[in-house]
Amino acid sequence: MEKKGLTNKERLAIPPQKMPEQPPHERIGNVNEVPYGYSEELALAEAARCLQCKNAPCVKGCPVAIDIPAFITSISEKNYRASINKIKETSVLPAVCGRVCPQEEQCQDPCTVGKSLKSVDKAVQIGKLERFVADWEMNQSQAEVPVIKPETGKKIAIIGCGPAGITVAADCRREGHRVTVFEALHKTGGVLMYGIPEFRLPKRIVARDVDNLIRMGVEIRTNMVVGKIATIDELMEQGYDAVFVGTGAGLPVFLNIPGENLNGVYSANEYLTRANLMQAYSFPDTDTPIMRAKNVAVFGGGNVAMDSARTALRLKADNVYLIYRRSRDEMPARKEEVHHAEEEGVQMKLLQNPVRFIGNDRGWVTAVECLRMELGEPDDSGRRRPVPVKGSEFTLPVDACIVAIGNASNPLIPHTTPDIQTNKWGNIIADPETLKTTKKGVFAGGDIVLGAATVILAMGQGRNAAKAINEYLATGVW
Amino acid sequence: MNTILENEFLSPQVFRMKVETPEIARKRKAGQFIILRTCDTGERIPLTIADADPAAGWIELVVQVVGKTTESLSKLGPGESICDLAGPLGRPTHIEKLGTVVMVGGGIGIAPAHPIAQAMKAAGNRVISILGGRTKELVIMEDRMRAASDEVIITTDDGSYGAKGLVTDAIQKLIDEGRKIDLVIAIGPPVMMKFVSLLTKKYNIHTLVSLNTIMVDGTGMCGGCRVTVGDTSKFVCVDGPEFDGHQVNFDEMIMRLAMYRDQEKESYDHHCKIRPLPNN
Ligand SMILES: Cc1cc2nc3c(=O)[nH]c(=O)nc-3n(C[C@H](O)[C@H](O)[C@H](O)COP(=O)(O)OP(=O)(O)OC[C@H]3O[C@@H](n4cnc5c(N)ncnc54)[C@H](O)[C@@H]3O)c2cc1C
Ligand SMILES: Cc1cc2nc3c(=O)[nH]c(=O)nc-3n(C[C@H](O)[C@H](O)[C@H](O)COP(=O)(O)OP(=O)(O)OC[C@H]3O[C@@H](n4cnc5c(N)ncnc54)[C@H](O)[C@@H]3O)c2cc1C
Ligand code: SF4
Ligand code: SF4
Ligand code: FES
Repeated sequence: MEKKGLTNKERLAIPPQKMPEQPPHERIGNVNEVPYGYSEELALAEAARCLQCKNAPCVKGCPVAIDIPAFITSISEKNYRASINKIKETSVLPAVCGRVCPQEEQCQDPCTVGKSLKSVDKAVQIGKLERFVADWEMNQSQAEVPVIKPETGKKIAIIGCGPAGITVAADCRREGHRVTVFEALHKTGGVLMYGIPEFRLPKRIVARDVDNLIRMGVEIRTNMVVGKIATIDELMEQGYDAVFVGTGAGLPVFLNIPGENLNGVYSANEYLTRANLMQAYSFPDTDTPIMRAKNVAVFGGGNVAMDSARTALRLKADNVYLIYRRSRDEMPARKEEVHHAEEEGVQMKLLQNPVRFIGNDRGWVTAVECLRMELGEPDDSGRRRPVPVKGSEFTLPVDACIVAIGNASNPLIPHTTPDIQTNKWGNIIADPETLKTTKKGVFAGGDIVLGAATVILAMGQGRNAAKAINEYLATGVW
Repeated sequence: MNTILENEFLSPQVFRMKVETPEIARKRKAGQFIILRTCDTGERIPLTIADADPAAGWIELVVQVVGKTTESLSKLGPGESICDLAGPLGRPTHIEKLGTVVMVGGGIGIAPAHPIAQAMKAAGNRVISILGGRTKELVIMEDRMRAASDEVIITTDDGSYGAKGLVTDAIQKLIDEGRKIDLVIAIGPPVMMKFVSLLTKKYNIHTLVSLNTIMVDGTGMCGGCRVTVGDTSKFVCVDGPEFDGHQVNFDEMIMRLAMYRDQEKESYDHHCKIRPLPNN
């Protein structure tokens, strides 16, 4: 198909290309990725929908300002190498972001095509195209190792090997600095490894990105809990010239209602960590157990709640209820994920809120008591505040519950490094441009600064922090 | 890294292991633990650091075989290494000179009691250690506890060694003798810690217990290790492992420890068919 000479009208007439995916009844029987990705033909058809707008509103919607029209043009020219290289000028994790970015709120939201067709769903499928070229590169032999500048002899310690830390490691290593990443867990990738499930983000993709870091000469030390094995001050005494803190928002928030410590009540972090990081999917071939519950209630309405609910289905639950205190419109989860969850059989229970867990005499949860809610006046976040309906209590029999109502910041680093200031939510205070903390030589970014945010925002902050670190190490000026 | 230097059985189900890990050996303090995995499909399990030599760069673990992971660990010999080892984790015991400290170690709990007894004695306390076991062979590390204590009392349930009875009987006796006790630290099976705490509460003796809840990450990320202390939920891995025994909801904790009992047996049977699961 020659698409070059198409008029805008013809381009607008091409429907958005759907990505083929595993049928719902099949995929809940495995943990393989749900969407298969575009074929070359589909990618070319999708790329032909882009109008190459001069003002490129899409670029403004991308937190790292990827040159979207340029990478799409290269796809149309079948020059996939040029396309992926264009993306990699600004993003180090295209295979990840193409899959998990909330594109409908970011790059695809302002897209001219979507605006003309009056539906963001009809915007150019930028994320899917990004995934296509990233996967294309992965299928070539090994990714190219970027050029590393001559060794500077300067040392940087990066704490946490999530998207923020990975980005800083790559960008600082490229500058010729010696980079060591300290990761608390036995595996690298942060939430990409322990939180987001295999069926949404295959772990081999994360492993490959970290592998590239190692091939660039970055040293990675797993099983190192900074604050315990060494404090930041001790690292600096050991000769690190700069430190980047990218420890994420790994502190689970609980509901604080009666019965929450009953057996069978999990935080989403625990449930997902057991399933993903510890591969409890494969128990007993792997050693870490997880409850194989029949009736599961998940509390929350974000991506974490969707991931937990869909994981429970794959662990063979008969009924999975997603209990959310507001209505569907307020759900923070990506639309695509809500859709996937419903297709797979997750039962949405909207405008309901748990008030207590009920257990048996052996300490196991057997039911959850909930209240119905209705929407009142908008709150600070602009969303309508849910208010309980008096006397609407009802109980739902369950044998496992997963609390997915949010994550706060892990206090370990701030506690052991008092001169790093935090705000009232425990997030590290960092300059929005340079990501400098209140402690000389220490930078911070990602969820530990933003609160639970997104992969691309964590990566974007990593980028800016790396730039500031490189500058600080070159000039010595804080 | 993480090379095993020594491994020997102290009793049929309990072995002690020295592992080379210089950074942890230098950094650890009494009361802290590590988390390890023995293989790439393995579970993360917490174990207390029973002793360490910062100069030689090793830590010692004293482990009771209770399931799949402890069984596979017991089979690793000198020269082999532990796949993943993270630590030191948890808050160190607060060591200060108080006067008389009674260290109560029940069974495998004697191992974690050991470094605390050492540190308490070094801080100038009079340390009375009460070592309890169901039977003689379960009273481990007696010599080393003697070296770390001013006085040692031994109790066994069946009377095969020391005084016949429970550790609580020995504490009661000290109280009845009018001995002034400034602090009790009890480490052992949850039921033992519960009854020690109930007893000392009657006499208003400050009591610390070291909790052994089920853990995953050990960094405060999952909340799986939570227990109710007073009226709040605490994470044992980062807020503990030591808590005021008078505040801990032991019944809840004991029920939580049983959460995976069936699957633990399944895992053991799946991997360790040769050896029958020890009774405990
Ligand atoms: C279940 C789930 C689903 C999500 N889905 C999406 C999605 O679809 N799209 C999206 O954009 N975002 C999603 N997010 C959010 C996204 O994953 C995070 O915003 C992002 O991972 C933050 O990156 P980070 O590098 O700041 O931190 P993290 O990814 O949290 O990484 C921090 C790392 O630091 C390590 N660490 C912590 N403390 C220490 C210490 N003291 N010493 C050493 N290491 C330490 C941790 O073990 C971890 O590996 C999801 C999050 C979750 C939990
Ligand atoms: C802070 C702390 C310090 C500990 N120190 C020691 C020690 O010095 N020596 C020693 O022998 N034991 C110690 N334990 C207990 C030890 O962790 C468990 O015996 C071990 O996890 C059992 O693993 P398994 O696979 O062999 O047995 P499994 O068959 O998995 O379990 C047997 C029993 O061990 C407990 N358990 C299971 N999984 C875990 C887990 N991930 N974390 C904690 N407990 C679990 C449960 O009560 C279970 O019923 C400690 C526990 C904690 C929390
Ligand atoms: S990184 Fe995310 S927001 Fe940016 S273009 Fe890619 S999918 Fe869109
Ligand atoms: S806004 Fe949409 S149509 Fe315009 S350049 Fe960006 S992707 Fe292409
Ligand atoms: S073990 Fe996960 S929070 Fe303590």
